[in-house]
Amino acid sequence: MNILEVRNLRKYYATQKAVDDISFTLNAGSIFGLLGPNGAGKTTLIRMITGIFYPDEGEILFNGRKFNPQTDILQTGYMPEERGLYKKMKIGEQAIYLAQLKGMSKADATAKVKEWFIRFEMQTWWNKKVEDLSKGMQQKLQFVTTVLHEPKLIILDEPFSGLDPVNANLIKDEIYRLAKNGASIIFSTHRMEQVEEICDHIILVNKGQKILDGTVKQVKQQFKEHLFRISLEEKAAAVSSPAFDVISTQENDLIVKIHEGNKPNDVLQYFLQQQHSIVAFQEILPSLNEIFIRLVENTPLARQFEKITA
Amino acid sequence: MNKTWIIIQREFLSRVRKKTFLLSTILLPILLAGVYAGMIYFSVKGNDEVKIAVSDKANIFQNELKNNDDISFTFLNDLSAKQLEDSVRAKKYTGYLYIPENINLATDSLNIKSVKSIGLFSSEKIKGRINSALREKKLLALVSRSQLDSAQRNANFTISRLDGNNKPDKAITVYAVGFGSGMIIYIVLLIYGTMVMRGVMEEKTNRIAEVIVSSVKPFQLMMGKIIGIGAVGLLQFLIWIVLTLVLKGVIFSGMDSSPMGQQIPAEGAAAFFSALSSVNIPLILGCFIFYFLGGYLLYSSLFAAVGTAVDEDPQAAQGLMLPITMPIIFAIMIMIKAVNDPNSSLAVFGSIFPLTSPVVMIARIAHGVPEGVSVAEILISMALLIVGFLGTTWVAGKIYRTGILMYGKKITWKEMWKWAFRKN
Repeated sequence: MNILEVRNLRKYYATQKAVDDISFTLNAGSIFGLLGPNGAGKTTLIRMITGIFYPDEGEILFNGRKFNPQTDILQTGYMPEERGLYKKMKIGEQAIYLAQLKGMSKADATAKVKEWFIRFEMQTWWNKKVEDLSKGMQQKLQFVTTVLHEPKLIILDEPFSGLDPVNANLIKDEIYRLAKNGASIIFSTHRMEQVEEICDHIILVNKGQKILDGTVKQVKQQFKEHLFRISLEEKAAAVSSPAFDVISTQENDLIVKIHEGNKPNDVLQYFLQQQHSIVAFQEILPSLNEIFIRLVENTPLARQFEKITA
Repeated sequence: MNKTWIIIQREFLSRVRKKTFLLSTILLPILLAGVYAGMIYFSVKGNDEVKIAVSDKANIFQNELKNNDDISFTFLNDLSAKQLEDSVRAKKYTGYLYIPENINLATDSLNIKSVKSIGLFSSEKIKGRINSALREKKLLALVSRSQLDSAQRNANFTISRLDGNNKPDKAITVYAVGFGSGMIIYIVLLIYGTMVMRGVMEEKTNRIAEVIVSSVKPFQLMMGKIIGIGAVGLLQFLIWIVLTLVLKGVIFSGMDSSPMGQQIPAEGAAAFFSALSSVNIPLILGCFIFYFLGGYLLYSSLFAAVGTAVDEDPQAAQGLMLPITMPIIFAIMIMIKAVNDPNSSLAVFGSIFPLTSPVVMIARIAHGVPEGVSVAEILISMALLIVGFLGTTWVAGKIYRTGILMYGKKITWKEMWKWAFRKN
């Protein structure tokens, strides 16, 4: 079932089409990557999903019904990229306060906060103030306050920035655990290696428009260049075949590009016929990073301000 | 539970629990009282004691010049000018006046000599004393003492009202109550208004605003903050009122039992409190709280709107605040006029116009109803104030909604105007 369905969403500002006709669906329990360069319209898109902005056009379906900001945001947890907490407020109270604003009773909130603090080994922080915490500790606290009320939809904007690898792993494991327990997660970032690792499904947004949509596997297949790496026991002499070209040679390894209409088997066949003993043969798929750069590169880095007549 | 209520609780408790709350609750009245007491003290007893030695060889004054605490004259008719000068140099006297035997008052001038210069007020007083003594001497040369006395006696003179309601003179109390209440509302509007502004700025610069507006509507956040801080102000007032009543009780009970020496200050305070009872206290207190709340709601939402426009630059806050603080300062100027003349057209206008009425109206009400202000005027003023704060809250809410999430951009009044009046 779809927890979230976005249809033809538009939001225009005076000088920019921030979000221009974006649609996507998000399955319950999946981790969804929302990618895009700076200023692509990600934050505006997220703000519409979290009920902060009203869309100019289009509709949002939450749990199959029309999105109602009043009630549905209680089932949403949002951790913005530019995050913050009350600096002078005690940590325990602050977490309870934010959970109460998400509709929890004080008793429930207190119990939940204690549970999470134990899980993240933060019990001794309770009476500390936020200003006494390091940036990484603040980040952990922020994550806890985002997921405390057991939201069905969790939106995380750059959740790992400022975290050391140990704490980043802690958060990552929590994200997996939450997804396994049925929460859907929208994960917005520029860090492609994390997306590849974590996300089931991605969309890429640029200049307010969706330019890519699919599972990580599908996307990689879509952008593959038919490159293979073949490792041989000895260096191969002159290689020439109508089925493929050699792109580069590296000691005993060759990287080959298979021509259209040919198959990987043709490559193997050629080397077998040449009496080479093959150690390894592997397809080289483009990384998301490469795909991202390839798609975004041809557009000017900074969005230009334009006159909108709509 | 209503989310606005949760926000109100946080805003209220986080401020009341701070030590600064307790400190400001106790220190502010002490500071205010201290400032006023100081002003009164220095205006009454501003001058040093001035002692003048007089050697009146011509015997013009016949050893008679009025003395008081400030200025005293000592007649040393046997001494020469030189001897007087020596005693002044020895600091026994501030200055001396030597009148030679053959003085001609028509042409010669009297000359007081001193080491240090004598202050303007003191020298004016000395001049007045000597001149009036001289005038009396000259008149007595023409007429008898009894004729002079009857010529100088003032007529019996009273001012009364047509309706015959002649209460004892309460002008000073009315002035003090009216001026004091207006002043307190003025100070409180500024203090709590800027407190709201700082709170909004904190939320914006801390970037917690975006987290919170993904849980509640921006308007709820703004109202929660305004009401929460307003409740802090109200609590502070209640503490002050209770403290005043306790103080009153202590002074009255102290008066019966205290020994003679203690009685003078106690009597002064008791006199103040009994004068206070000639003013309609419940009416003033009720109106005071109404105008405090109305004025606070009206201005604090504007301060909140300004808070959203500030982005980490306190300098910008000063500039944006100016259009809001201007009417408050105008209000205090009109209030000073209204306290003297509650029915002047400026006072009437100021007490009805919602941006100034919170400060001005209380000064008119101190004069009583209907002497200072009519019931109709109070009702119109209250209604307009309610309309006024609903209006400013609505406008500020729209500015707030846009401004609270706007970063990295300098926001001008022109833009805020646009946000306030655009559709949706």
